[in-house]
Amino acid sequence: MACHECDLLNQVPALAPGATARCIRCNNVLCRNPPNSIERCLALTLSSLFLFIVANSFAFLKFGTPGNMRTTTLATGVVSLWEEGQSLLAALIMMVGIIMPGFLIVLGLYVLLPLYLGRKVPQATDVVRLTLHVREWAMVEVFVVGILVAYVKLAAMADLVPGVSAYAFALLMITQAWTNSSLEPRIVWRRLAALS
Amino acid sequence: MSAPMLTAREAGFAVCHDCGQLVRLAGDHHHCPRCHAAVHLRRPNSIARSWALLIAAAICYIPANVLPVTVVDALGKTQGDTIMSGVLYFLHHGDWPLALVIFTASVAVPMAKIAMLMYLLVSSQRRSVSRSVDRTRVYRVVELIGRWSMLDMFVVTILVALVQLGFFATMHAGAGAPYFGAVVVLTMLAAQQFDPRLIWDAVEARDDR
Repeated sequence: MACHECDLLNQVPALAPGATARCIRCNNVLCRNPPNSIERCLALTLSSLFLFIVANSFAFLKFGTPGNMRTTTLATGVVSLWEEGQSLLAALIMMVGIIMPGFLIVLGLYVLLPLYLGRKVPQATDVVRLTLHVREWAMVEVFVVGILVAYVKLAAMADLVPGVSAYAFALLMITQAWTNSSLEPRIVWRRLAALS
Repeated sequence: MSAPMLTAREAGFAVCHDCGQLVRLAGDHHHCPRCHAAVHLRRPNSIARSWALLIAAAICYIPANVLPVTVVDALGKTQGDTIMSGVLYFLHHGDWPLALVIFTASVAVPMAKIAMLMYLLVSSQRRSVSRSVDRTRVYRVVELIGRWSMLDMFVVTILVALVQLGFFATMHAGAGAPYFGAVVVLTMLAAQQFDPRLIWDAVEARDDR
């Protein structure tokens, strides 16, 4: 197979579970063989779905004085930006914070669940391609660090309580990173090809 | 390795950008038989597109740093904060860990990214053959760190939503904020357009001579 960073053709032997093959010239990761890749990714994506719903349904921070507490979810944050006339920024945060992460989970389930069950679904190849492109624009882990920074900034000003959703976001960050490390697109392509 | 170093291009194959399938080249228009993506030997107009996006990012970078990203109305007074003044505020209050996080994500990362991409583009255009492995590594770093400069925009969103204490303090997003968001998106797109194989094409061109 060819290295996608330097184009060199590499001979790749069958990989033992958990092994990684690297390009002999530029050291780029060519492919990996995560054990039970499809099953693990499916389980993690289902957990992500649950955490995503929790994270977006509840407040992640409560802030204010005892008589005047404000709570916020990511969606209400986007709405306040929009109402201030910052529509561009609101749209951007909406994309990378809510739409893309949600889209990634839904697309992932659409690909993984039928693969696990051995069924064929329409447009599966296009959905796999789309999923690989969406991945870069889903920024849950950046948002989690954002919550931390905001927490430290505000803690000095008034009472500040982290909500359920802050923990859900932190766990979502872990399940998504874990999914990424368990996913090997080559295995998905091979399984898809075996079905048709 | 005793086998000769042969690239996919020299063997007459193109690699699918999306799924990595090797596609034999014949004629000029191709689609990947496996995932149906358009297949090119190299990303089309990689350097020109990457430059265009990068220059746009560099232009937006100026208002992103000069204009305030947050504006606070407190007790009748209005105060705008740029990214740098935010960092300095925490530094003066002895909160250097936070100052360091914000400085890294909002100042160092975007600047390093623009500088690294410029270096990659200039060296590829000049068909430089030195330090190819290091330059490929630089490319990987650019791809890895790009998304983290979005951090400050998330923080601004959270602050605007929460700090609404009426007369005491109300926070708004400043005029610089959308420019900052634009810098993040444009540099990410510029990095996607750059084709790291151009670094290695120059090495092969020299070896053939």
